[in-house]
Amino acid sequence: MGTQPGQIVSLKGVAKSFGAVRALAGVDLAVGAGECLGLVGHNGAGKSTLMNVLAGTLSPDTGAIEIQGRDRAGGYSVTAAHRSGIRCVFQELSLCPNLTVAENTRIMHPALKGFGWKQRAGRLIKEKLDEILPGHGISPGETVGELSLGQRQMVEIARAFTVTDEPLHLVILDEPTSSLDAATAKQLLDFVRREIARGRSVILISHLLGEILQYSDRVVVMKDGKVVAERPANEFDRDSLVAAMGTVAEHPATPAEMRAARARTRAPIVVRAKSALQSDDRELVAHRGEIIGLAGLAGHGQTRMLLQVFARSVGKMHGAEVQGPAAFIAGDRQTEGIFPLWSIARNVTVRSLPKMLKHQLVDAPREAEMARSWQQRIKIRTPDMDNNILSLSGGNQQKAVFARALGSDAEIVLMDDPMRGVDVGTKLEVYDILRAEAATGRTFLWYTTEMDELNYCDHIYVFRNGRIVADLPREEMTEQKILQSSFQESA
Amino acid sequence: MTAAALLNRDLLRRALPGITLAILLVAIFVKQPMAMSQFGLTLIFQYAVPIALATIAQMFVIAVNDLDLSIGAFVGLVTCIAGLYLPTQPLLGIFLLLLCIAAYAAIGALIHLRNLPSIVVTLGMSFVWAGLAVLLLPTPGGKAPDWLHGLMNLKVPMIPFPIIAALVIAVLVQAALMHSSYGVVLRGTGGNPKAVARAGWSLLKTKMVMFGLAGTFGVLSGLSLIGLTSAADAHIADRYTLYSIAGVILGGGAFIGGIVSPAGAVLGALTLASAGWLLGFLHISPDWQIGAQGAILIVVLTLRALISRGAVR
Repeated sequence: MGTQPGQIVSLKGVAKSFGAVRALAGVDLAVGAGECLGLVGHNGAGKSTLMNVLAGTLSPDTGAIEIQGRDRAGGYSVTAAHRSGIRCVFQELSLCPNLTVAENTRIMHPALKGFGWKQRAGRLIKEKLDEILPGHGISPGETVGELSLGQRQMVEIARAFTVTDEPLHLVILDEPTSSLDAATAKQLLDFVRREIARGRSVILISHLLGEILQYSDRVVVMKDGKVVAERPANEFDRDSLVAAMGTVAEHPATPAEMRAARARTRAPIVVRAKSALQSDDRELVAHRGEIIGLAGLAGHGQTRMLLQVFARSVGKMHGAEVQGPAAFIAGDRQTEGIFPLWSIARNVTVRSLPKMLKHQLVDAPREAEMARSWQQRIKIRTPDMDNNILSLSGGNQQKAVFARALGSDAEIVLMDDPMRGVDVGTKLEVYDILRAEAATGRTFLWYTTEMDELNYCDHIYVFRNGRIVADLPREEMTEQKILQSSFQESA
Repeated sequence: MTAAALLNRDLLRRALPGITLAILLVAIFVKQPMAMSQFGLTLIFQYAVPIALATIAQMFVIAVNDLDLSIGAFVGLVTCIAGLYLPTQPLLGIFLLLLCIAAYAAIGALIHLRNLPSIVVTLGMSFVWAGLAVLLLPTPGGKAPDWLHGLMNLKVPMIPFPIIAALVIAVLVQAALMHSSYGVVLRGTGGNPKAVARAGWSLLKTKMVMFGLAGTFGVLSGLSLIGLTSAADAHIADRYTLYSIAGVILGGGAFIGGIVSPAGAVLGALTLASAGWLLGFLHISPDWQIGAQGAILIVVLTLRALISRGAVR
């Protein structure tokens, strides 16, 4: 298949893996001149990786990249992308907070140099801002660090559309409206349509499906690193888009699940917490022995809720009711989970040391005994628990972190997406342990971004923008319902 | 109204290094009116030029979120090379000094490529520089070349020479780093390295340029120092490491985020250079002087924090 004339970009069979994780599993994608392509998908579907490949910040393992009909697979880089007229506005902001608006414009444009560059850069960015958002009130001499988040987003988007000596064909916008209010977002997207009328192309990534449906010409849906649907925008509606993003498989309730659902009413409540942003009276409730799932898109207040419960359990905060000691299992293992300089045994026992004192000193035999018993229970694969924790594989390190929480006196275990980057075998072992522990009366609050893991939960709360927006018992939970609530629009 | 208040705060924050120095000088003049003369000021700011140059060197490193704990030892080594070779074998001396600058750029490359903590690398390098200096010159000695001695002891009518030199340094570096188009990229590397890399700039190059500039100004600092003392000593500048860090911070810089001010750094260096004199005039024993200098630093930083907090409100 040759490249059609008027095509800006064509990707063929692009694949990219990070270690064992396959982020892109052979993606074909083409963008025509003067087209707005909407790109949607759940967390981890591979959208950001794909955009990084297009922007030149990541190089694919295999596959072809054609820019305006020329094969650029070898030696494609950020500089090459810029020269070919491809720019990307990344989800996390890419401005230097210590520089002014004009200086940040200069960073983007090598051509802005020599005498009077500051005035030229200032004029360039001011004209573009005026065009997108009249009355924006941002001066080119202002330091970016002193602007509001929304203003920074405006500056970054405006900067992506400024032109000096390099051409501009395609701009990738990754969640461009996430920090903007509805009116400003509309102004921005109207501007995008005007740019498209001028023959430029845009890839629009957004979790606001209304934006995608209203402003794109064509919509591409990604799932598990693949393109699973691709149609003109007017052939999609909200429901069919949501359906395309997930597998619509119903999980029939098993008798065991029914039992769990019934038990909900009887067991005593151990956690009751309400988000500070919640405007209605929805709250998170956990009964003894339940596994509670916290679902929704990443970063929508789930971790904050877990931290709120944890802070309450150590008596630091109000706004939550927590019965019994709690333990926190971090998802970001390297920075929050393990003590990298310590042995595996000490990593497991550290939370329980106060209970193992003899004459105010740690009783070494008891510590070793606890480490040994948890090594067997949770199957940590090591010849010696006194080895350094970093001698373990990632999955086994995470098991040690689990053992630290499960071996403690905690009755409530808070889990902050703990299975990130853990292999499937380890995951299945941990799931079994969780169920066994829940049966003995432990309560789990489990934030997860993986749909499959929600099947292990008795009750699911879906979060959006820091609030609980849906409250689903296990037997009513479907992937479609969770996606629906995660992507619902506030307007 | 609020914009004006914000502007005033911003102005106040920028003016703080200058205000600090002015207060210090007024205090010196009150205690010792004789100091208010060309001779007095020349004496007070005698060592201000090498300290200011070392502070600028440190500022380049701090601007890219690193810290240089070896600048003092490096300046000492430069005085040894200069004292030993420049008067007799100038070509060899110049070659060795250029080699020193190249070594600094290489350290920057190493820190960037291996993602090493600069504190550890430069702490290690400080022993290397000091060791080399002691090998070259086991006991203080050597001789400053005449032209250098002449330059550093230049007599200008009306204005003390160190003040003119400090002004020239401040204006030149301010223009190069704060107003040139490549200076923006260099400072951006400290503010958000990822953003700079995504715009297609080489972080390796910016780090090497900044460390290379630090080496260059370290060499200039050592040359100006031996021009003043006329004899070299491996340990002559050991205190410069802390002076330079304090000078950058006093001058409005921050340890992270690419926030630096060359003019402020020079003012900070002048403040530190003259603080010892004030403490001397106040009859504070030398044992307490370092502590008192630390106290001045804390007071200024507290003031800055208070101004910034007010701006946020």
